[in-house]
Amino acid sequence: MIIPHPYLGPRDACEFVYKGDAELVFRPERVEPVDYDAFHDYLYLRQNPAGIHKELWYHEYGDRSWLVVTRNTQTHEILKVEFASNYISKQKNRKSNV
Amino acid sequence: MKYSAAKIFLEGIFGNRGWRKAWREPQPKKNYDVIIIGGGGHGLSTAYYLSNVYNINNVAVLEKGWLGSGNIGRNTTIIRSNYLLPENEPFYEFSLKLWEGLEQDTNYNSMVSQRGVINIFHSDPQRDAFVRRGNAMLLSGADADLLDENALRKLCPYLDFENARFPVKGALMQKRGGTVRHDAVAWGYARGADMKGVDIIQNCNVEGFIIKNGVCSGVRTSKGDIQAKKVASCVAGSSSQVMSTAGIRLPIESHVLQAFVSEGLKPILDNVITFGAGHFYVSQSDKGGLVFGGDLDGYNSYAQRGNLPVVEDVCEGGMAIIPMIGRARLLRMWGGVMDMSMDGSPFIDRTHIDGLYFNGGWCYGGFKATPASGYCYAHLLATDTPHPVARGYKLDRFRTGNLIDEKGVGAQPNLH
Repeated sequence: MIIPHPYLGPRDACEFVYKGDAELVFRPERVEPVDYDAFHDYLYLRQNPAGIHKELWYHEYGDRSWLVVTRNTQTHEILKVEFASNYISKQKNRKSNV
Repeated sequence: MKYSAAKIFLEGIFGNRGWRKAWREPQPKKNYDVIIIGGGGHGLSTAYYLSNVYNINNVAVLEKGWLGSGNIGRNTTIIRSNYLLPENEPFYEFSLKLWEGLEQDTNYNSMVSQRGVINIFHSDPQRDAFVRRGNAMLLSGADADLLDENALRKLCPYLDFENARFPVKGALMQKRGGTVRHDAVAWGYARGADMKGVDIIQNCNVEGFIIKNGVCSGVRTSKGDIQAKKVASCVAGSSSQVMSTAGIRLPIESHVLQAFVSEGLKPILDNVITFGAGHFYVSQSDKGGLVFGGDLDGYNSYAQRGNLPVVEDVCEGGMAIIPMIGRARLLRMWGGVMDMSMDGSPFIDRTHIDGLYFNGGWCYGGFKATPASGYCYAHLLATDTPHPVARGYKLDRFRTGNLIDEKGVGAQPNLH
């Protein structure tokens, strides 16, 4: 797979480390009383879709940026690539507007 | 019809006109005691043991494609029981014992070949770990032999013993391990279940469950609704997809694992060789092809095909340990979709929905587990209690802290 990096252009997926579902950037807050179910769900459960999947790729052998790649798990087609920092701020805005 | 040598002889004389189809092609009934979703190895073995051991015959196996079209037809055919943890080793040893009697049980030639599985080690600490594993295997009634370098040289003179990075120091061998003709496993179980009246319904896609007030009473399929007292999902690879229609999220990611076959060669590999340090394992099929594999590609995938970097990585692993295979040409390669659970161990359990059962999360070790998985799942379906050797395979073990972390590396969906 070739991942089109926002700054560096098309890069071989070998340069990246895969870190799974992009939802993992939203870790539950640890506040008393601790919501153990929320942590269990966060750590262990996955949506695991067949189709469009937003996922984290870390450019370890490159500029060490964290990317959120939107990819089709049935075809391996890459639809969108953005910096994880941008993704997080956009998602936070979206969630706070809800 | 019972298969035998005499039957082959007689059919040969009379022009092979007496053979009948190995199983029927029934239309689904309205009602069953048990519906098994997934006509792969585990689903068919579940149906076989339900009908042959637990005497539950009003059973349907629903398969969205054709029988045995999933991972039972796409694996590297190795059987072994060389696990460490007390939740795993008795289960896999139970499975190996079922493999040993499989052909007599099912009256079907599954070509079970106990040619020995050899796990190579390269250092003193790794040897210590293998001794510990071997002792755990012996405690569960399995067999294990520690081979020193000389003994291994006699068995496998072709290994690269002087490898600079991974010098070969010996191996842990399980002589009762080996290979099985994988498709024949599915066919043998299908025939054995069908003879007891189990309906195997192909091209029947399950689209959802019929659930009311927390009770599952059947499935919605491409051939209409079918009622059942118990519904058993057995679709490793697609578990998340099927169970999501019941609103259940699983501790599973689907990953692609590739496998490879070389051109046919004269017999050169007598055993199954696993080179864990380089993530490479290989055996030779009866047709002469070297069957080998290695690591997952490492990203979520339902594509049943992988990418080239892993092809290179696996072949490098092969070249590192058995340099002579560089002379063989790669003939075929393919990918299968693995239910990768969060601790590398499977699930055979009830769900929180009454009447809905789950079997999955086999990672890339599902083939060797086929008989025990079916047996234990059938036990659970028949008695509503877990089979003694499958007690640990709970769906809620991450919530209760009872992980079965064979590798000891914590919660990751890409272990083994």
